[in-house]
This record gives sequence, C-alpha cells and structure tokens, in this order.
Amino acid sequence: MRQELYVQENSDGINSYKSYIKKKVIVAVLILLLVIALSIIALNVGSASLDMHQVFLSILGRGTDVSKVVIWRIRLPRIIGAIVAGAGLAVAGCVMQNNLRNPLASPSTLGISNASAFGANIAIVLLGAGSIRSTTADAVIIDNPYIVTLSAFLCSIIAMIVILMLAKSKGFSPESIVLAGVALSSLFTAGTTLIQYFADDVQVAAAVFWTFGDLGRLAWTEVIIMTIVITLSLIYFMLKRWDYNALDSGEEASKSLGVNVEKVRLGGMLVSSIVTAVSVSFLGIIGFVGLISPQIIRRIIGGDHRFLIPISALMGSLLLLFSDTLARTLIAPVILPVGAITSFLGAPLFLYLLLKGVKNR
Amino acid sequence: MILSVQGLGFKYPSHRVLKDVSFSLEKGECLAVLGTNGTGKSTLLKCINRILKAQKGTVIIDSHDVKKINQVKLAQKIGYVSQTNQSFKTTVFDTVLIGRKPYIKWDITKNDLDIVNSAIKMLELEEYSLRYIDELSGGEFQKVLIARALAQEPDILMFDEPTSSLDLKNQLEVINIIKKVVKSKGISALVTIHDLNLALRFANKFILLKDGKIFAAGGIEIVTAENIEYVYSVPVRVEKFENTPVIVPL
Repeated sequence: MRQELYVQENSDGINSYKSYIKKKVIVAVLILLLVIALSIIALNVGSASLDMHQVFLSILGRGTDVSKVVIWRIRLPRIIGAIVAGAGLAVAGCVMQNNLRNPLASPSTLGISNASAFGANIAIVLLGAGSIRSTTADAVIIDNPYIVTLSAFLCSIIAMIVILMLAKSKGFSPESIVLAGVALSSLFTAGTTLIQYFADDVQVAAAVFWTFGDLGRLAWTEVIIMTIVITLSLIYFMLKRWDYNALDSGEEASKSLGVNVEKVRLGGMLVSSIVTAVSVSFLGIIGFVGLISPQIIRRIIGGDHRFLIPISALMGSLLLLFSDTLARTLIAPVILPVGAITSFLGAPLFLYLLLKGVKNR
Repeated sequence: MILSVQGLGFKYPSHRVLKDVSFSLEKGECLAVLGTNGTGKSTLLKCINRILKAQKGTVIIDSHDVKKINQVKLAQKIGYVSQTNQSFKTTVFDTVLIGRKPYIKWDITKNDLDIVNSAIKMLELEEYSLRYIDELSGGEFQKVLIARALAQEPDILMFDEPTSSLDLKNQLEVINIIKKVVKSKGISALVTIHDLNLALRFANKFILLKDGKIFAAGGIEIVTAENIEYVYSVPVRVEKFENTPVIVPL
C-alpha cells in the first residue's frame, strides 16, 4: 500500500511537469499556425491583384501564365525566404545569447551582421562575384553566391573571434560587449563605405540599397541554399540543446556536468556566424529579429533550449514575414526595405530591454 | 576507498596554491576542508573535479585516474555545487533535470524523470517544482543545486561553501540534508566550510589546510585548540556541549 502510494505521488510530480511541457508545445503550435495564416495572407497581397482562387490555382500550377509568374517567381520565394531567414536569424541570436551569457547578444548587436555585409561588399565590388545594376527590381545580381557567402562568413568570423575574446576576458559586462559590438559595427561600416567610395555613383546607389535588408532579391537558388544551411544549423543547435541548458547554469557548473564548455561555445558561435553570413549575403542587414525573437519567447516559455530554439525560430519567421508583408503593403505599390521595418519594430523593444535591465534572463 | 588524492600540486602563473596535498576518502564519509580564505580550499575541489588542471599529483576516483577518464564519465562520479551560482529563467524541475546531462544521449527517459522527481522529493522542493529559480530564496536555490548534484547519481558530492550565504535556519537545514543524503545513498561528501562549529556538526573527517598544504588530517581528534589557533591565527578554546565540541574564539 505504502509502495503504491509512493508511486502515485511520484508520478504526480512528473505528470505536472509533463503538462507544463505540453503548454510549451501549445505555444509552438499556435505560433506555427500564425506563420501559416500569415503566409496565406502574404501570398494574397501584392500589386498584381490576384484573388484567392487564382492564387490557389497558380500554386497547383494551373493559373494563368502571369499569375504563375507572380506566385512562383515573386511571392513564394519571398515568403519562404522570410520564413527561413527569420528562423535562422532568431536561432543565431538565441544561441549567441546563451553562449555569451548575454541577453543583448544577436547578429546585429554584436556587429556580426555588419561584418558579413562588409565581406559581401568586398566579394561583390572588389572580387566581382556579383554585378550591381541600378534597377529597383534587381539592384544586385549575385553571379557567384558561394564566393559572396564565403567572404561574408570570413569577415563575420573575425567579428565573432573579437567578441568571443572580449567575452572571455573578465570584467566585460553584457552592456560593454554590446558597446564593443557597436564599435565593430562602425568599423565594418566604415570599411563598407570605403569600398563603395571607390565604386561609381550607380554602383554606390545600388550598393547602399543592397545593404538595407530586402527580401525582394531572392530567387529560388538563394532560397534553397539558405534553407539547406539554416536547416542544418537548426539540427546542429538542437543536438546541442542540453549543452546550452547546462551553460545557463554557469561555466563551472557546466564543466562539472560533463560539458566541454569551450568546444560548445566555439561551435555555437561558429554556426551562428555561418547562419548570419548566409542571410546577410543574400538579404542584406536585417536587424533586431535575432535579438527580439528569443527574448520574447524566453519570456513566454522560459529558458529551456529544447523549446526555446525551435519556438524562437518560429517567432523569427513570424516577425520577418510580418515585417515583410507590412513592407509590401504599407505604401503599396512601393515596397519598403524590410530591414527598415524590423528596425522600426525592434528598436523600441531593444530600448525597453535596456531599461528593464539585462540581468533577468 | 572511493577517492584518493596523492601529491596534488597546483599553481597559477603568479603564485603557487596547492603543495603536495594527499588524503583519501572512504564510502559514507563526510570530509570538511577547513582553512582561511585563499588557502586553496576551492582550488582543491576544482582540481579534483578537473575544472582546473593540477600540474602535479594524481586523483583517483573509484580506481579511475581523473586525468584519464572523460569529462562525461567524471560527471557521473562527482556532483559539484560551486560557490558562485547564477540563477536564470528555468524552473526547479528543469534545473534538476540538467543534473542528468551526463547520462542524456538524445533525449531524457522515464528513468531520468523518476530520478529528478525523487531528488526533488528528497529535498522537499515539490511545491516549488515548476517555479522559476530566479524567484527562489537563497536557501531554496541552494537546495535546488544540491538536488541537481544528486540527480547526477554521483559517488562523491562536493560542496564549496554551501552555507556561506544562508541564515542560521537554512545553514542547519542544508547541513542536515547533506548528512542525510550521504547516509541514505551511501556516498561520500567533500565540503569546504568556514563555519567551524557547523563543520563539527556534520563531518566525521577533517582536513586543515594552511598555505596550500595539509597541516593536519584525520577524525574529530585533530580539531584541537592548538591546531585551530595555528591555522586561523586566532586564539580559541574547544568546549564540549552535549558531547559535541564547540569552538569558541577568545
């Protein structure tokens, strides 16, 4: 009898934990549904006024030629690109925040985005990996996405190493790491400006336009490369989710739990830099999605990376897709660069986080 | 013998901390490491746990050389609660669950959940189980960390100043828990502690560290007025209160 009672009580604790876990799954499903709903809306809005029926037919490949081009060549790559890039930036931010134990870390606040943009500019302007044209539809045509991405990646690695070294040296608070990120950002922006200074005016106009994050330049090749890289990164991050959970309890505690802290941190920062580099080289700089998505989700479901990583990814998709849809519809037919929209949405939230203090993770 | 430390030496680039430290620990023993601030107590624990790499000497745990076994295996043998711990936005249950990290392959099993649940029970944390740990008091938080170390199912529990930031009630509670855990699980504990009288209440073995060297080691008989006076440079008297020695500074 006693034994039975014990088993009963024992499973009570586990059951309430399981129902607590279930709530996180519900949050995930809700955000997923929102992403799906928003994707459908995004498919239906745009300057080519197609009704829902035409959109549906075109997806099945049965619409008119014009509607098929609009859906398959313009809207779908854009929407899938937003979903994938948003997810990528958000998980990169999530992992950076964990690895550096810094709630303000993200690709844009640490200067890694700007470093990638610098690298991409080098490849496009100096190495001739892309041709810059002054049409609004296609400001930049990247002839060789691999060289652009590689160059962006190499520069992001430089920024990442500087940040890692600063984070390692004691006495650097989360705020001062972000200040270091600001310094790095302006350094790389200066570099980008210098490169652009030696390009001709048409190129400058196009290059400046390029640096603004914009989803309109995505074609299927880029979407596919981005999807592959970001999916692999997500799998890598998920494999490390228990390590990240342990890292939250501090360096010494994680070591005593059998975590190889240096290796986990280096791997996490390296893979997030790859994700940043890929998205920046295809889309330009899109700020704040990487910072805010994990922050919002951490506040809703807590810091368990088993859920924090995938749900932050969904949140990033939702935020970027929402911003892009806004960018397309706000003053249609003019399409605003999505980077401007995310910054408009993100900056107040960032200030709020700063005001609230960064100690509470 | 569960733990044997032989000739352990450690130095930072600027100064030497531990010199030729040797001692051993049997199953079921509670060892208190005593000494002044900066004498190398925490360093000793970290060297045993390989958080710091000792330059000299060997540490053998359950007939494994600590230098040669991998970090995960080591984490299955030693549960460690360090002196400084940061709280963060995670529930008590999830924090204790991280104690299963050395055993988790891809995902947690039913067995992991059971072990976590009974660790939480043992420390009477059931009602806090789903609360975020950054909302707990110092005493509750300390208990969560002990539960996490227990979930590692270690042979040895190591605590670095487990009571230093706690009030009297919580100090006694934490010490009693350590005592109870060691007894019921048949494991050993290694505890650095400043409060000598608290140490006398739970430990059955003592090490007095002075300038990184073992000055005296043994049972309660080594805790004499002369030894304490020499190690801490403070004159003391050892009185008896209900059969337990009590150290009174003069």
